[in-house]
Parts: sequence; C-alpha cells; structure tokens
Amino acid sequence: MGATVSTPATTGGTTPGSGHDTEGPSLADGAGRDPVTRARATGVTGNAAAGTGAMDLLRFAAVGSVDDGKSTLIGRLLFDTRQLFDDQIEAVAAAGRRRGISEVDLSFVTDGLRAEREQGITIDVAYRYAATPHRKFVIADCPGHVQYTSNMATGASTADLALVVVDATTGLREQTRRHTCIAALFGVDQFIVCANKMDLVDWDEAAYRRVADEFEALARRLGVVSTTVIPVSALHGDNVVDRSDAAPFYDGPTVLEALEAAPAGGWAGFHGAHRGTGARLPVQWVLRHPGGGRSYAGMVNGGPLRPGDRVVVLPEGIETTVSAVETFDGELAEASVGLSVSVHLTDDIDVSRGDLIAAAEEPPEVTTEMEATVCWFGDRPLRPGDRLRVKHTTRVTPARVSEVRARLDVNELTLQAADVLEANDIGVVHLSMATPLAVDPYRRERITGSFVLIDEATNATVAAGMVGRPDLPAG
Amino acid sequence: MSTAEIVTAEPDQCLAGLGSARTEAVLVSPTPIDRSATPSVDHLGLLEAHAIFILREVAAESERPVLLFSGGKDSAVLLHLAAKAFRPGGFPFPVLHVDTGHNFPVVIEYRDQQVADLGERLIVASVQQSIDDGRVADPGPNASRNRLQTTTLLDAIAEHSFDACIGGARRDEDKARAKERVLSFRDAFGQWDPKRQRPELWHLYQGRVQPGESLRAFPLSDWTELDIWQYIGREGITLPSIYFSHRRPVVERDGMLLAVSEWVNPGPGEHATEETVRFRTVGDATCTGAVRSAASTVDEIISEVAASRISERGATRADDRFSETAMEDRKREGYF
Repeated sequence: MGATVSTPATTGGTTPGSGHDTEGPSLADGAGRDPVTRARATGVTGNAAAGTGAMDLLRFAAVGSVDDGKSTLIGRLLFDTRQLFDDQIEAVAAAGRRRGISEVDLSFVTDGLRAEREQGITIDVAYRYAATPHRKFVIADCPGHVQYTSNMATGASTADLALVVVDATTGLREQTRRHTCIAALFGVDQFIVCANKMDLVDWDEAAYRRVADEFEALARRLGVVSTTVIPVSALHGDNVVDRSDAAPFYDGPTVLEALEAAPAGGWAGFHGAHRGTGARLPVQWVLRHPGGGRSYAGMVNGGPLRPGDRVVVLPEGIETTVSAVETFDGELAEASVGLSVSVHLTDDIDVSRGDLIAAAEEPPEVTTEMEATVCWFGDRPLRPGDRLRVKHTTRVTPARVSEVRARLDVNELTLQAADVLEANDIGVVHLSMATPLAVDPYRRERITGSFVLIDEATNATVAAGMVGRPDLPAG
Repeated sequence: MSTAEIVTAEPDQCLAGLGSARTEAVLVSPTPIDRSATPSVDHLGLLEAHAIFILREVAAESERPVLLFSGGKDSAVLLHLAAKAFRPGGFPFPVLHVDTGHNFPVVIEYRDQQVADLGERLIVASVQQSIDDGRVADPGPNASRNRLQTTTLLDAIAEHSFDACIGGARRDEDKARAKERVLSFRDAFGQWDPKRQRPELWHLYQGRVQPGESLRAFPLSDWTELDIWQYIGREGITLPSIYFSHRRPVVERDGMLLAVSEWVNPGPGEHATEETVRFRTVGDATCTGAVRSAASTVDEIISEVAASRISERGATRADDRFSETAMEDRKREGYF
C-alpha cells in the first residue's frame, strides 16, 4: 500500500537547544521541566529559530475534545521551539501565580481572555505563529466545548492540516469525532493525532494503540488518507519537540517533525490547484483605468489564469478571452492560485462584483437549487421554509430552505433522516436561491463550493455550507 | 515493528456512498492531491495576496469604510497594500489618524507626506480636541493619552458615519488580539464582545452591520513583526527615521527608555542620558519606549528582530502593563 505520508523529516537545526534530549523523559523531574526554569537554564537564544529568508506557509488547527490538552500542547510546542518571548513566559507564570497555580500553566499561552483563564477553558480560537528556517506556521488553537463548535469551525476552515489531541486515558470522545468529521468535511486531508497524557497511563503501549486504532477506524470511514498517531505528554514535553525515550515502542516522528514533513499550502495557496476545476476568479472590485479601460480584481482559485485563456463570465454566461492578468507590480505570464490579481478581458462586456470569471472549458454549474451540507450554528433550530441570505464567493442572495434532509450522527457516521437541525448539528439541506449562483462541488473546489448562511434580522453568520452531501451511508 | 502510525486508506476502502453521489460528495477526494508542484509563491506573497483580498472585500461590503494610519510601520505596510489593491483607481476610503497630540514631529511629517504623495484624503481626529471639548478629562501633561484615543475614535466614527475601520493590528502583538477575527464586529458602543464573535469561515468575510454598529478590519492579522520587516525590505517601503538606530536623550522609567521631549522630562531621581536607540513601535511618546540598538538598516533590524527575546509590545508599551488583560479591556471599550 502506497503510503502518501513522508517519512520522519529531517529537522535540520530547527530545534535549538537539542541538548534537552539528554534530560530524558523523567516524569519526576518536575523542576527541570518547569518551562521558566528550563528556559533560563538552557540559555538558548530565544525566537531565533525563525528563518529570515523564503519560507512556505502551513496552516494547522489544533482540535479535539475539551480538557484533552490542546492549549497545553500548543503552549508546549511554542515554548520548546523558542517561539515565546521572555516577557510572555514571565506573564504566563505570573498569571498562574495569581491563580494559585504553582507550576507554569502552558495553556495560558493561548488562553488569553479573562474568562478563559478564570474557567481554565478555551472559548474562542487563538491564532499563534511559529517559524522554523523554511516554514511559517499559522496555528489555530480551537475550543473543545460543543457550544463553541462554530469557533472550532472558524479555525478549521482555513487549515491545511488538523492536529487532533486525544486524552489517552479515555480514548476518542464524541467531540473528537465531531471535530474530526468537521475537519474532514472541510477538506482537511492530513491529520496528526496526539495520544496525549501518556504520562498518566505510565506510557502503556495498549493505551496508545487504542487511540491509534480508534482514530484509524474513524479516518478510514471519513476517507482520510494521511494520519500519523504520536504518543505524547504535552505537560512534560515528551515527543512534542524533544524526542522522548519513555515510549520505546514508538519510533515515528515527533509532533514538530510531523508538522515540518507535512506538505504545505494545500489550502492557503494551492487548494484545488490539482483537482482540475480550471480557473475561478470571483470578481471583488472593478478597477477603472485612465483612458477608459476596466479590469476585474479578485483572487485566483481552482487553477492558474493566463493571458489568452478562454473564460466565461457567470452567471450571465458570456464567453470572452483574457487579454492580460496583472498586479500592481506589472503583468503576469501566469497567475497562480492564491494570488490577488486583476484581469483584462478582450470584449467590452458588463462585469461587476459578484460575477465569476471561470475557465470556459470547465465552467461551474449555474443554479438556483442546490443540495448542501451545513454546520448549523444558529440559536434556534433550522427548519424547512426558513429564509436566510447566502454569501457565496462575492455574491449575496436571499435563499429559502426547501428541505432539511438528514442529520449526521457523528458517533455512527451515518446520515439519519431529519427535518430539523439543532445548534451545532451537521446536516444535509436543499436550498432555493433568489438569484443563480455558479457553484462547484466542495470536494473539487473550496472557494466556489463553500458558502455561509446569514440571519436576515441580526446579520449573524449562522451556518457554514458546502455544496454536495457527505459520502456516508444512511442510518 | 514500526509503530509510526502512518495509515494509508486505499481509495476503495473509503466508506463511499458510491453511485452518483460520489461526484457530489463533500468529503475528501478519494484521489490524493498531487502536491508535487512546488509552490511558486512564498509566505510573504501569500500574506500580501490575502491582505489585498481582505481590503477589497471590506471596501466592497461597507458603506463608509476608513483606513487607520498612524505613521507606524504596520500602518505604512497597510497603506502600501491599499495602493496595490486599488490602483490605478483612488482609495475607496479616506485615511484617518487618531492623533494623541503626543506624537514625534518626524512621524507627523511622515504621515502628511505619505498621504500627500498618494494623493489621498487625510482626516485627523485629535485627542487634544476631545480634551478641549470636554469629551475626556485631561490626564495631565505627562500622562499617556493612549486610552483616550478610544473616545476620539468613537466620536470620529459617529461624526463621519464610518461603518468599517481598517487597521494594521496583528494577532502576534497581544493575547487578546490573537483571539480576534479578521473582521471584528462592534456594537453601537464600539464594544468588542470576545465571547460572541461571528464565525469567520474560509475566505467569506461577512461584514453586514446595522446602522450605528461597525467593524474593525485587520488585513495584517496573520503577519508577525518579522514578516512586516521582511516585507518592508522586499518592497522598499519608506519609514519614519526613528525606526532606525540614532542617538537621542532618553530617560529610563518603569524599565523603558522614553525619549526626552516636551512631554517627557526626567523626574525626581531620574536623569537623562544619551543612548543609541531605535523604536520598535511608534505611538504616544509618553508610553512608547525605545530599545538600545545599533541596527540602522532593514536587514540589520530583521536580524535583530529574529534574535529578540522580548516581545514588541513588552519592550516598548507601558499601556499594556496596567493589568493582565489591558488590551482586552481596551477593546471591550471600543479601542481598535
């Protein structure tokens, strides 16, 4: 079977202070493991791991159930890669002391809100940044509580990779499954699973295997092809950045090694580039040029765009040719996916914000009816007949829920017949739009396959939507 | 046995709905994505493209947007990106500076020159005016006016009916900013409610507001201090001279080096010394500290930032030292 995951990466000098390895994984070594003490003792020049040259960009979301240790793991990752500044470490230590916590609580690194520190939970996504010599990481530390699922979805919707944190003492929980489902539905196709709190089960291989087996079964049913399961202790730092010898049964990558080995940019710049939809440019803004010409500004998605390409302007359906693609810095021979550009067309046709310029040979479907999968975040249930607004690419249109068809059972991974969706349910609905939209199935192209639903009265964003239905059996 | 759990599901093992449903399925494509093509756009290129995308979305979806410009390095990058987003047209928004009245003259000159060179419209909202009008109490000639900016900003928003303020804040600056959306919804009092933020999915920035409500928009959310400097170097963006190493009289106060000025003079037990310094951030002169530095070029600053052990705001901002949640508290009151 052809493994698509790279072998453990060489981290080439990306872990300053590798002398930590000699400390070993001693669980009793509390003082030596205290982050502040450790930072001072090692005297490593902080924050210098970042490269100062060209880097690629990997966005990942830390997901999983509440109290399984996501924030502590991210805090540990940042601390052990020297991404934290001295004053930030001191502030975290001081915040802990004020709350009577004797040891440094690494979860405070990302749990920055007053209410989060009071309750010891994560309420909303924290974005943190880390860099190693050739890679910039954008980290979304997501909340685990079911009531904050919309915040988790916010963090996962732009992720290239999901870092799933599981408490090895309990195994997968319902929220672990829900988060994994949402990430997979959103098109995340790389998962690094941390079997966390291994110190609490005395590094028992059976506990690790249980997490691995449960997750593997879940991943397989969700069609996820790339999964790495790592035994860790976020609290003590084992196998996060520093390799631990507490788990002799494990010889795979550390969390940092797995993150460095993962292919970057699946979402940020090159999502869809190799899935073959052809170029899609939702028009954001019309630029007027001196002398009377116009160009159409937007981000390139789906596939590259070049001068001479035959394109169709949707939903009108008028065909024309790209005469030039440019940025402020000049004309381009080819605009890659993820670039913000402006496009000149050979014919003088009416194009405005909300239109979609698409490859003429492979246009998306123009429709006023669609079946879609939605994550419902509204305070009240979603029912047939509900009127909402759809924001799809740069177009907003009124829509009606003509049917609620199914609800996803995240434990059984089946679609149950349903005619109502409660808050934080994932389900399948049928929508009728007031004006046509140019859509692709989400699995082929995220930008033209995704939408949000907006409450007409409050302007709140009440659902994340994806064109198409999950590839799961009826229950 | 190798227990690196590298699981590879064969496509035909994926629990497929099969039949016609397959082409419509939302779940990950059973065909692995070919990632062999090397990305040709680096991290700065992607950050730039995303920021331009956000600027265009906010300009298109808001009725009366405004771009906040302080003359600092982040807002200099923002202004540069706005030109990239909207040229050859004019900016679809005016430029607003909330002036505390305690700014370095060289920064004010820079501000006026930059906006004039671009041929755009500058609005200055003055904290001094707010004090003179009795809108806020004068905290005294030597006290920080940073907190007073909130009232002046909210008054400017009301006066001009602005519904979106585009700012250069970055999430790496502070733990409360790290929690904030790219489009941050504010109620009719300008307040941020961190427990009730709108979901923000994919690139679907949804900025609808009711009259009186407004947005803060942060196109540089995902940029770090290092990214900003690398981009300034790459693009050749001009900055006020105080960002680069120079000699100046300073007084050490609360562990910070404050520039001696008409608002900052040595107090009892303090004395001024001349030091080789530069500024890492530029703000109200009474609460923005300088750092000792010999870095006089962008490249030297990049090396210095990469090796720094103290965060940008920790080194230079007294206003964040009031309490553990100083920034969160200011944002709840309507701050940027």
